[in-house]
Amino acid sequence: MDILTWTYILVGLSFAVYIGIAIWSRAGSTNEFYIAGGGVSPLANGMATAADWMSAASFISMAGLISFSGYDGSVYLMGWTGGYVLLALLLAPYLRKFGKFTVPDFVGDRYYSNKARVVAVICALFISFTYVAGQMRGVGIVFSRYLEIPIEWGVVIGMCIVFFYAVLGGMKGITYTQVAQFCVLIFAYMVPAIFISMQLTGNPIPQLGLGGSVADGTPLLAKLDGVLADLGFAEYTAGRKGMADMLMITLALMVGTAGLPHVIVRFFTVPRVKDARLSAGYALAFIAILYTTAPAVAAFGIYNAINSTSEKNISELPVWVQNWQKTNLISVDDKNGDGKVQYLADPSANELSIDKDIMVLASPEIANLPNWVVGLVAAGAMAAALSTAAGLLLVISTSVSRDLVKTFNPGISEKKELRIARIAAAGAVLFAGYFGVNPPGFVAEVVAFAFGLAAASFFPVIILGIFSTRINKEGAIVGMVSGLIFTIGYITYFKFISPELNTLEHWWFGISPEGIGSLGMLLNFLMCYFVSKFTPAPPQHVQDLIQEIRIPKGAGSAHNH
Amino acid sequence: MPNSPGRMSDYWKKNLRTLWILLSVWFLVSFGFGIILVEPLNQFKIGGYPLGFWFAQQGSIYTFIILIFVYVARMNKLDKEFDVNED
Repeated sequence: MDILTWTYILVGLSFAVYIGIAIWSRAGSTNEFYIAGGGVSPLANGMATAADWMSAASFISMAGLISFSGYDGSVYLMGWTGGYVLLALLLAPYLRKFGKFTVPDFVGDRYYSNKARVVAVICALFISFTYVAGQMRGVGIVFSRYLEIPIEWGVVIGMCIVFFYAVLGGMKGITYTQVAQFCVLIFAYMVPAIFISMQLTGNPIPQLGLGGSVADGTPLLAKLDGVLADLGFAEYTAGRKGMADMLMITLALMVGTAGLPHVIVRFFTVPRVKDARLSAGYALAFIAILYTTAPAVAAFGIYNAINSTSEKNISELPVWVQNWQKTNLISVDDKNGDGKVQYLADPSANELSIDKDIMVLASPEIANLPNWVVGLVAAGAMAAALSTAAGLLLVISTSVSRDLVKTFNPGISEKKELRIARIAAAGAVLFAGYFGVNPPGFVAEVVAFAFGLAAASFFPVIILGIFSTRINKEGAIVGMVSGLIFTIGYITYFKFISPELNTLEHWWFGISPEGIGSLGMLLNFLMCYFVSKFTPAPPQHVQDLIQEIRIPKGAGSAHNH
Repeated sequence: MPNSPGRMSDYWKKNLRTLWILLSVWFLVSFGFGIILVEPLNQFKIGGYPLGFWFAQQGSIYTFIILIFVYVARMNKLDKEFDVNED
């Protein structure tokens, strides 16, 4: 069977499973809609968190990003995994003990202020919307590339699927669908990686293969350093970014991960505090399977790409190069007319351009794997995009129905609240779909936004809310607002107002807009501390609440309010 | 609540001590070995990996997982010791 048939079969099968799960686990109460009734096992929650977390970008683009940045790509690997240590140790158990539904819930109660709650809702909505717009675009690209339909149609189909199971199933439906999606995406990622590792290094485990040797006995990484240096590129294992920038970007990504509302909310769904801790450990272990394989896929990919093209006759390039030339993800321009491909660092002499997404998308063909593997990778990429989009939609709908509507209409019935949540989710799907079809030119840039904002707004006030009894509402509000404005200002200035100044010599302390969330976070911490120092301490019932969330006993099931 | 405030503050202090130790390791393997000390560590090799590069792209992630499971075990023990665990 050809690639297209296999793709339709495997993608169709995986969708049927997701929809089946959604129908089976349809949410009946707000409790089930928001947090799955609080009864998900830590292992299942760990898998769901992993699927929620790993987006189309993690699946398709991250390896390619590392291929072309080498050691510098480590910021993504450490940043997007190290945040789980902060989550597990500093946030998850206490938020679970607190036992309500959302991050703004916590901020509003701990800082005894609806103003603080509204600021938190605005942050949550801003972060989730920027993030989900990028996801829907990812869904569209995957659909169009594999099913050979226009991107717009891909987005529409993706919207319908997400709408169906997120709006019907709520958190309960999403959780079990994400478990299935995790299995699909990790299997799809590992199969080509294992085969390529075996072909290049003789070792079937990609994590070991990356440290292994190629056929002539030289270590792969040393060989790659040499090949790249000969072509005029920086060595693969050497850094190009400044150390200050590396540190700040890694920190911003770690703290941003721990502050993302769609990740945090997952830890409200397990039965006990100790399950929340354990669940964070499982989540990281599942995520690490992909994140430790990605650097191997990255190095194998760039090594193979160079070896099969550099100084080769254009008429004799391998079949996969010819196939992907049709999609413009690889293009060859014989500038010096010698009939051969020159891949060089010097842009005026370079004749080959390779899109970063090719490292994962073309991996089954590079490894000469059968057609069903290509279909599998397509299903995996879609699982990654859909699971993240669904988790984000839920945060948006919960923020609207619970944190906004219910805060100002406390008497609202549960049935009505559930209906508003579903309407909000539907609205968010349409919004995301619109941006998927008409992508703003800055989708790649807004990712820096989402992480920077999560780092600069939520993380400090949640941490201080648990670990300090002295931080009060004045401190929290000033802290969140100043962290947010500072970070938005810096990113907007360098990304949108004066992009021509976005270089090392103009950055403050050598920190790029990607890493500025770290400074925003510091500012937030300082403001919280100093403003609280000069304003009255929180009232007694809040002091009691803080003591209460610090001990695990008596968490009970997350109750209705 | 059967637990006195004094005992609860002991529990909290022990919890904080655990956090400081584990977070120091978290900082050391990622920011320390993976970024600040990466060049001196790259003089050493682990298989075909330069050591600093290995920490940045592999070792730090493995350590993160171990840290969380150590935390889980340690806190479960502490919860039992202070009788604040759930069934």
